[in-house]
Amino acid sequence: MRKIRTPYLLLLPGFAFLFTFFILPIMNLAQTSTQTPVGGGDTGQYEQTLRFSNYIDAFVENREQFGRSFVYATIATLLALAIAYPLAYAIALKGGKLKNFMLILVIAPFFTSFLLRTVAWKQILGEEGFVVPTLRTFGIISDSTTLTSTSFAVVMGMTYNFLPFMTLPLYASIDRIDPRTLEASGDLYANGFTTFRRVTLPLSMPGVVAGTLLTFIPAAGDYVNAAILGSPNTKMIGNVIESRYLKIVDYPTAAALSFTLMVVILILVTFYIRKAGTEELV
Amino acid sequence: MTKESISAKGDLRLTRLTKSYGDFTAVDDLSLIIPEGSFFALLGPSGCGKTTTLRMIAGLEEPTVGSIHLGSTDITTTKPYQRPINTVFQNYALFPHLTIFENIAFGLRRRGIKDVDAAVSKVLDLVELPHLAQRKPTQLSGGQQQRIALARAIVNRPALLLLDEPLGALDLKLRRQMQIELKWIQKEVGLTFVHVTHDQEEAMTMADTIAVMNEGQIEQMGSPADLYDNPKTAFVANFLGQSNLIKGTISGNDGDSHIVDLFGQKISLPKNRSHANDQFIYAGIRPEKFRISRLGTPTSGNILTGGHIEDVSYIGVSTQYQVEMPWGQELMVFEQNDDGVAPFSKDEEVNISWEPVFTFGLRGDEDATAGSEVNPEELDEE
Amino acid sequence: MSTKIKDATIPHIPTSARISRWIGRNLIRIYAVFAFTYLFIPVAYTFAFSFNDSGKSNLIWKGFTLDNWQNPCGAPEVCTALVNSIKIGFLATFFSTILGTMIAFAIGRYSFKGRSTSNLMIFLPMATPEIVLGASLLSLFLVFKINPGFWPTVIAHVVFCVSFVVVTVKARIASLDPRLEQAAMDLYANERETFRRVTLPLVAPGIAAAALLAFSLSFDDYIITNFNSGTLKTFPEFVYASAARGIPAQANVIGSAMFFLALAIVITGQIVGRKRKVSA
Repeated sequence: MRKIRTPYLLLLPGFAFLFTFFILPIMNLAQTSTQTPVGGGDTGQYEQTLRFSNYIDAFVENREQFGRSFVYATIATLLALAIAYPLAYAIALKGGKLKNFMLILVIAPFFTSFLLRTVAWKQILGEEGFVVPTLRTFGIISDSTTLTSTSFAVVMGMTYNFLPFMTLPLYASIDRIDPRTLEASGDLYANGFTTFRRVTLPLSMPGVVAGTLLTFIPAAGDYVNAAILGSPNTKMIGNVIESRYLKIVDYPTAAALSFTLMVVILILVTFYIRKAGTEELV
Repeated sequence: MTKESISAKGDLRLTRLTKSYGDFTAVDDLSLIIPEGSFFALLGPSGCGKTTTLRMIAGLEEPTVGSIHLGSTDITTTKPYQRPINTVFQNYALFPHLTIFENIAFGLRRRGIKDVDAAVSKVLDLVELPHLAQRKPTQLSGGQQQRIALARAIVNRPALLLLDEPLGALDLKLRRQMQIELKWIQKEVGLTFVHVTHDQEEAMTMADTIAVMNEGQIEQMGSPADLYDNPKTAFVANFLGQSNLIKGTISGNDGDSHIVDLFGQKISLPKNRSHANDQFIYAGIRPEKFRISRLGTPTSGNILTGGHIEDVSYIGVSTQYQVEMPWGQELMVFEQNDDGVAPFSKDEEVNISWEPVFTFGLRGDEDATAGSEVNPEELDEE
Repeated sequence: MSTKIKDATIPHIPTSARISRWIGRNLIRIYAVFAFTYLFIPVAYTFAFSFNDSGKSNLIWKGFTLDNWQNPCGAPEVCTALVNSIKIGFLATFFSTILGTMIAFAIGRYSFKGRSTSNLMIFLPMATPEIVLGASLLSLFLVFKINPGFWPTVIAHVVFCVSFVVVTVKARIASLDPRLEQAAMDLYANERETFRRVTLPLVAPGIAAAALLAFSLSFDDYIITNFNSGTLKTFPEFVYASAARGIPAQANVIGSAMFFLALAIVITGQIVGRKRKVSA
């Protein structure tokens, strides 16, 4: 730890950049959210009126989508956790020499564009795919049920797409467990389940926290899965924001929605981290 | 780089060197001269400040107070790369991304020496590993890495070579072999070696001079024989080998010897081997100097009677006895198994005797257990 | 083996117990196989349909053909989009890696006032949903009358990639043994030389991994790009736009090709890394 000036010099370019293109935009977002359209002006012209009721209006009008976003994100996160944990466990503790190869296999599917994969799911789950006809033949679903354009498909798509974000931190955390502590647990009369519950799970908590955060946060703001795999009934808050920015030009509402989304997530994340007790996440 | 620093040579002189971290003083007013060309050992338990002292000599730590001179040059505030001093690190610290050849050549290249081949081959031959030049450190065994770390330092012909517990990670046989080799290399190459270790056998095997350190200060400095035969403090007596320390009072004198009263029995202690400053004294005798004899057998020298054998341990080369004396203390006795005499057995009543000239006297207010056990709190890194 | 053990008894485990033990031990491995299959289903599907003789709409299997692979740029705009993605990817990677590495060194190596605030600053972009990042940047650009397009997209990508670079490089820096730099200084290397010859080479794999990560994140990004690219189309935007009427098989070709290329790079990296450790 030497000269005192160096760290500041190193931070300067990056933080100047982030300030200009991250902090300022968010501040601008807050500012836009309280504007109103100029009476009689062109579309896209606003004046600052500090209209905080924008927030109330936006929230009330879109509370359904807000709620849906968080519900979908939560379900997707939990599903991803359920799928990823045993996988990460298998790689870390049973992988042996193939560990690295298996990790590559986890990341590899994501070298294909995620949009291609999501569209692929749409077609696989659609009428022309193999899933629906098979399920219909076995009588699991009726002839009139479809899997696409459903919330099921949206959540499934989200779960699938965020799987590596869940798996990798879980793996890193489980991998750090000394297998001899598990042996010690068995030596001290704990069977497989008890060892998992009392040793493996607590020790892998940092990974669980990191993984759930890395999954939930993007999932809550996602709209691509909803757009491709869903229907107007499955619109998430992301879809609303997108359309308010790019289709119907209504910047104040869109800004208010974005800002609300960000703040809600920040609050949830802060509570979550504090409850989970992890100190340094980055 | 100051040319003057790089070319400094001579004796290493530490003057009132102190290193404090907040409230904690790792090195406390240490003064020391290490003669050029000697093999010097800094010996002490974990946490005594020996590694901190070494790092200050290397320039990797700055002293809080005090100065360091190499010959006539003051190097106290110079940077590590300005000092003609090289270190063999405890974990070797070989550069994993460079070959062995480049590791060894590193210092030479930084000093601007263009033609490194000859020097590197020579030092590789010295450590007997010429075939490893193109390997990477991770491909070498611990013992090989240790020798390469040594080669990397020696090739620069520093005025001073510092070794920070370099043999700690090696197994016993390899360690013994390396101790002999290091000593030989030092004589061959003629550099001043400063060796930091907590292993007293290692220090005694290798060093010409040993400084025993405890809690940031030097307890005693001298040749291995001096320190072993005539320790001045309980710490040195217990840390270096083992000692029996018996509490007593000086009750009289007989020419150039004190008469010391040990729980009613009287023994003789040469005055020049006593470090007591009043009549209270600890009489110290090394276990191997004791002789056990059965009651009635003739003995000479200092004699203590009323001993009762509590424990017998056969070690092959010797047999170790714990003998309980009438005043409750158990004395340690090592008898060589060199004369085919049947060893003593438990519960026998015996006398203990020894030549008076082997006795040493420590101050009566010393802590008789200092240096004898490892305090669990001191097991942290220094 | 010279002599057979004649009278020793072989432990007898009943078959039912053997089967249940085998299942217990391998249950998780079996699960892993299923999980991997699940992960690869859409990839396999994409790959399979890249061979579809589909014309414009690649929804139903019509027949096998190699035409798409021989003529990957056949569909309009596909290759333009791909080139855009690659250009933006390289630029975003370049800038975010440099900025992020500098920040990682500052935070990872020095203790200074504001260190924990800096950590927070880095964490914030990762905790912000992409839609907020994209939308807010668009708003800012509009205020300054900058039209969305190529450079706004690059900037947007750098914003969200920097944090990932910092985290990756910081992890690598943390695993660096400080004694190696001390050894270098002990061996006459001053601060600059130590950094150049010891620190940087040892951190380099982390920087490379961060760059690779940044490129993948940038290439695959849709949401932020959608807000800031205007009329310019990147590959993901192309796929999204053509999703309704049918994605041309050439997109599948490109997607599959990217998959194999990336796989090859990663596997090569692994093999090279392993070769360094095994004795020559």
